[in-house]
Amino acid sequence: MSELTLFLIRVAYLAILWIFVLSAISVIRSDMFGARVPEAARTGGGKAPKPPKQPKPGKRRSAPTHVLVTEGSNVGERAELAAGPVLIGRGSDAAIRLDDDYVSTRHARIAASGDQWFVEDLGSTNGTFVGTVRITQPTTITMGTQVRVGKTILELRK
Amino acid sequence: MAAPSSTIMGFVHRRRRGAELFLLVLALIVGIGAYAAVGVGVQGEVPPDILGYGGWLVGLIIGAHVVIRLVAPYADPVLLPVVAALNGLGLAVIHRIDLAKEAAGDADGFAQQQLIWMTLGVGLFLVTLLAIRDHRLLQRFTYTSGLAAIVLLLLPMLPGIGRTINGARIWIHLGPFSFQPGELAKLLLVIAFAGYLVLHRDALALAGRRVLFVDLPRGRDLGPILAMWLVSLGILVFQHDLGSSLLFFGLFLIMLYVATERPGWLVVGGLMFVGGATLAYVLFGHVRIRFDIWQHPFDFYTAEQGGKSFQPVEAKFGMGWGGLIGRGFGDGDPNRVPYANSDFILSSIGEELGLTAVMAVLMMYGLIVERALRTALICRDAFGKLVATGLGTAIALQVFVVVGGVTGLIPLTGLTTPFLSYGGSSLVANWVIIALLLRISDQARRPLPSISDDTTAISSDDTQVVRLGASS
Repeated sequence: MSELTLFLIRVAYLAILWIFVLSAISVIRSDMFGARVPEAARTGGGKAPKPPKQPKPGKRRSAPTHVLVTEGSNVGERAELAAGPVLIGRGSDAAIRLDDDYVSTRHARIAASGDQWFVEDLGSTNGTFVGTVRITQPTTITMGTQVRVGKTILELRK
Repeated sequence: MAAPSSTIMGFVHRRRRGAELFLLVLALIVGIGAYAAVGVGVQGEVPPDILGYGGWLVGLIIGAHVVIRLVAPYADPVLLPVVAALNGLGLAVIHRIDLAKEAAGDADGFAQQQLIWMTLGVGLFLVTLLAIRDHRLLQRFTYTSGLAAIVLLLLPMLPGIGRTINGARIWIHLGPFSFQPGELAKLLLVIAFAGYLVLHRDALALAGRRVLFVDLPRGRDLGPILAMWLVSLGILVFQHDLGSSLLFFGLFLIMLYVATERPGWLVVGGLMFVGGATLAYVLFGHVRIRFDIWQHPFDFYTAEQGGKSFQPVEAKFGMGWGGLIGRGFGDGDPNRVPYANSDFILSSIGEELGLTAVMAVLMMYGLIVERALRTALICRDAFGKLVATGLGTAIALQVFVVVGGVTGLIPLTGLTTPFLSYGGSSLVANWVIIALLLRISDQARRPLPSISDDTTAISSDDTQVVRLGASS
């Protein structure tokens, strides 16, 4: 094997090494911005989402406007959704302050994403329940879905 | 740790499995190409078993890729290819050193063993991905894993199975296998720290007295984790495993800082490190020797001078001889450095492939750490954030300690170079770390699930209208 061949092999190998590193970086670069997809398709996940089911024309449901406490020691307390994400907890910075010993300081949050509303547990001790299921991930809720934190039940209302 | 969910919503990560496959093909070319180049350079021919060897690597890596497609479709696309490339390159360099040793008369077959360990590592990687479908399950095992880590660290002290190799009692032997339990303990301690800090970070950050610019937390909040940490650190110092002690110290400090958002911890930790290092210098002879070698490597080089710095000095000669683009596989003498295939593998790469390749390798480690921290940023739960930060930090610190030691930036402390070095326990543990990172990133990048499709699905133009009105 001649000296030149070995030299070329060495340079070619270093080139491959760097081509790999640079391709990895370019994948990261294109990944950094993710992909913006229509909100409705987003929850379907995947690159080719099923076409979302069309609602019957003219039957658009109106959006909820506030969160209402329907059960527990603070019945009747409410927070407007228009003001942004609603923090629920015992802390003073919570939009809905609950005097409930089973609620954490920063317990859960209700936030909007497009037309959908999500409730997200913020690492509370006793958990947040949608219906009877303890949620582990941000979960969509609709008007009337009962969200239970501690001994309190909240609902989205119009 | 501000929850990023408001920015995540309305933004979705793509799966990028195609990009991962593309990078994997390149990574396999890097790994198998290195093996072929070693054959051509050392023996003058492409190795006859290249098809079998290459096929084995392809099978392992593509198998891992397929499983990721099935069980973690949103996982990070860069981690697996980078790890595959590093592992492939490491195998080729270990093979190269084996060949040199064979020529010198003592055959070892380390590359063969490393390939077996890699197979085991990929196997455990797949088991981890399949068994742990949600990383938050691990939070239940906070104290269990802390205890398990301490037990693992204590194992080498047992008279029956513990072994002292090169002055460090960090090995256990079970039949024909030897294992370094500290590598696995690293992973378990990250889970234990993360689980504990998630529950107690508010108390740690807010309750307590202020002493000299630093808010000291209450003893009952800090106590358990401090005990866990001191015990593991004490064990390591007792076992003369300097590198691991440094790694665990930094790991704990950075996780505490990330969890509490108090920069004061870094100051306190820095002071503690200086104090501890000074104490170790005064108390332990072997620490003093390491320090002196670092300061004056050439004073201990020759046999008359004790030959204590023979290894690092030879490594520096090798890297200097390699220069910018290296000697080429087969034209260097990497086997002059003792343990060239484990702690000093980077100097072998520096000698035969040059600074260009060393920088590429460091870039790859940088990418792994970047992806880990990125995962921590986009992760939606605090436990996942802390675990990802901890794992990324562990890899970063390990690379810093070993590369800094080999290049003479810091005193030499023995640690393996992740994925490159010969060493079964390290390789297997690191593959499991990558599996955990992939699992967390899959959870973090996955779009939010919807529990009530039929009632909430609306056409996209409706969405636009409401979005203007309702979202912040």
